[in-house]
Amino acid sequence: MTIAFKPEETFRGDYTYRNSDAAVLRFPFPFPEDRYMYSVNIEPHVRSGPSDVFMRPFDVDEHYIAECRDKAITLERDPGRCQVLPHMMLAQWDTLELLMESLSADYPALFSLVKEGDDFGSRWTWTNRPLGLEQSFIFGDPATLPCEPFEYITRQAQGDFAICDQRDNNLYMDAGMVTSQADWSLEFDVGMSFMEWHGPVPLAHQTGVFERALKYLLMLRLGQPVRRLNWTMTINPRLDTSPENFPEWGTDRASVTPDNAGQKVHLRVELQTLWRLPRSNAILFPIRCYLASLDDLARVPKWGARLHRVLSSLPRELVEYKGLTRYLPAALEWLAQHDDGAELPVGTESGVTTLAPR
Amino acid sequence: MTGETLKLKVAALADIAPGLRHVRLVAADGGKLPPAAAGAHVQLALAGAARTYRNAYSLVSRPGARDAWEIIVRRVPTSRGGSAYIHECLQVGEVLEAGWPGNLFAPVRTARRQLMIAGGIGITPFLSYLAEFAFSGVEHALHVCCRESEQQVFDPWLAGRPGVSWYWDADGHRLDIPALLAAQPAGTHLYLCGPAAMNEEVLAAAAAAGWPDTHVHCEHFGSALSGGEAFRAFLARSGVEVEVGEDESLLDAIERAGVNAPCLCRGGACGVCATPLLEGEAEHRDHFLSAEERAAGLLIMPCVSRARAGRLVLDL
Ligand code: HEM
Ligand code: FES
Repeated sequence: MTIAFKPEETFRGDYTYRNSDAAVLRFPFPFPEDRYMYSVNIEPHVRSGPSDVFMRPFDVDEHYIAECRDKAITLERDPGRCQVLPHMMLAQWDTLELLMESLSADYPALFSLVKEGDDFGSRWTWTNRPLGLEQSFIFGDPATLPCEPFEYITRQAQGDFAICDQRDNNLYMDAGMVTSQADWSLEFDVGMSFMEWHGPVPLAHQTGVFERALKYLLMLRLGQPVRRLNWTMTINPRLDTSPENFPEWGTDRASVTPDNAGQKVHLRVELQTLWRLPRSNAILFPIRCYLASLDDLARVPKWGARLHRVLSSLPRELVEYKGLTRYLPAALEWLAQHDDGAELPVGTESGVTTLAPR
Repeated sequence: MTGETLKLKVAALADIAPGLRHVRLVAADGGKLPPAAAGAHVQLALAGAARTYRNAYSLVSRPGARDAWEIIVRRVPTSRGGSAYIHECLQVGEVLEAGWPGNLFAPVRTARRQLMIAGGIGITPFLSYLAEFAFSGVEHALHVCCRESEQQVFDPWLAGRPGVSWYWDADGHRLDIPALLAAQPAGTHLYLCGPAAMNEEVLAAAAAAGWPDTHVHCEHFGSALSGGEAFRAFLARSGVEVEVGEDESLLDAIERAGVNAPCLCRGGACGVCATPLLEGEAEHRDHFLSAEERAAGLLIMPCVSRARAGRLVLDL
């Protein structure tokens, strides 16, 4: 498999990020039905599903190089986006091992890992061809890497990562690399428990979603990762929509009109996976973010129409929590032209193999 | 690094003391095992005379070892089950089915100090703890109560590690539990693994000394493992009777019979598999149904729940 990377595209400033037709067709569209509500939408993270992004445990796509660069810019401006509490060192190595093994096995043309042994103390050599990196280090010895192991490997991966320590029958967000978040702050959440960091989410606590999800996660098994999709919307293809930088992107919400909504408004889907880590018994929570403009999505007739229905029936609490209030009317007006009201099949599959011309 | 079951080959067997057998297991396909670490156990399927036993054993191998796993199995004199099989029947070269490692007894890494108390074979989970603590450098101590003659049995795994003390049943050699607990600094976590009587004694002493529950950890196998007694279920709409084995879920059995049942998480959380229960009494193991719904007895979650007794009839 060859991936045509787009190393020059940007997620800020002139926003040159674009999806190829193939990227649109493999987009993990999150709405199987015309209405959306929170639920414990967790399923086994197996190599199958309605989108190609599910075929590998850690998906790499055409935006890989540009995304890693955007992450580096965000970290340069705010090193606090990566934080690890001191008791998480084993979990750091677990994460590095999981990512290096998975990426090199699934993308042998892009990544390679050569090991002199599997135990701590063994020499490993990691090659990342897209980013032009080669690193020889001692597994288990942080001093042999340019930075701590969690930061080292997650700088080379798309998406955000949190690691939750499990103790007292609870999960604590004790480490994170968070540069492409939907308006939440690692600085604020680090060290919090599952219910604490989910505090701001409306409606879901009352229906027991978080209580059930936590009980399920406490029993998560090694070798049996699970996944769920979460979504929100973002104006412009911007990864760093953090509360810290709100002044840089918050005002964009006022710039949406029914005429420009197709290019400006993006559906932001997070493929969240959950992994039991072997040495630390912690849970790794990668949040892989996919962005598609309304223009992109409407090229798949089923998706354009369905998005229109989901957004027009979205509970008011969710509209507010996700920050859509300001521009939702403009987005709906734009989407209405793509919805003829005909019944749509259940499921998230695109139902097409090629896209309507732009 | 994903999967549910593993095939393990017995690479070596050794009797390290009367009634104690050491088993070395490797991947049957010659490949690597998944890493596992302090407190982890592996569940082995052992073919007994009457049925297959699924027993969980603590891994005593190096944390993170991927070439081989080691367990130490004590012969339970009254049992005809898995431990008898390992002591009497198991052969080098035999291939066993196993689950991926589980861990219900992981150390708490925020602890200022780690205090372990073992009774007899209960030392096994602590062999991997010691290796990890030596690596991380956290302050720790292990107190082992055993027979005087058993002290040297575990030397190959202790490798001269400091911080291990031995006790046996003779004047001047008994462990004074209240005194030990009283001497611990704040922020200490206590782990115990031993015979029920010892566990209870230590738990009572810790409670009396005011230790918070969050700082006291007692090894217990089994609560997380699925399976149970075999039972039958009749799927009324499909007209199919299914036999649910000891080691499979009701959902597995329904799927095996070719009947389509909705499901998502397969762990009792999402609610997608909720199925009307027409007859029979369920043993509810899910996190989804409320206490009232359980009491009403009209729904069952086949991905985790089973029959309390007898046969179930489902609207499926
Ligand atoms: C254990 C790993 C998890 C982490 C680290 C995590 C983290 C977060 C964070 C930081 C937020 C944003 C809260 C805010 O507004 O400040 C959030 C939102 C949310 N989480 Fe989680 N979460 C985890 C697992 C789950 C699971 C298993 C579920 C399953 C139901 C879930 C459901 C949600 C929902 C529904 C929201 C609201 C999202 C939205 O509407 O945009 N989370 N989570
Ligand atoms: S499949 Fe989720 S509760 Fe049964």
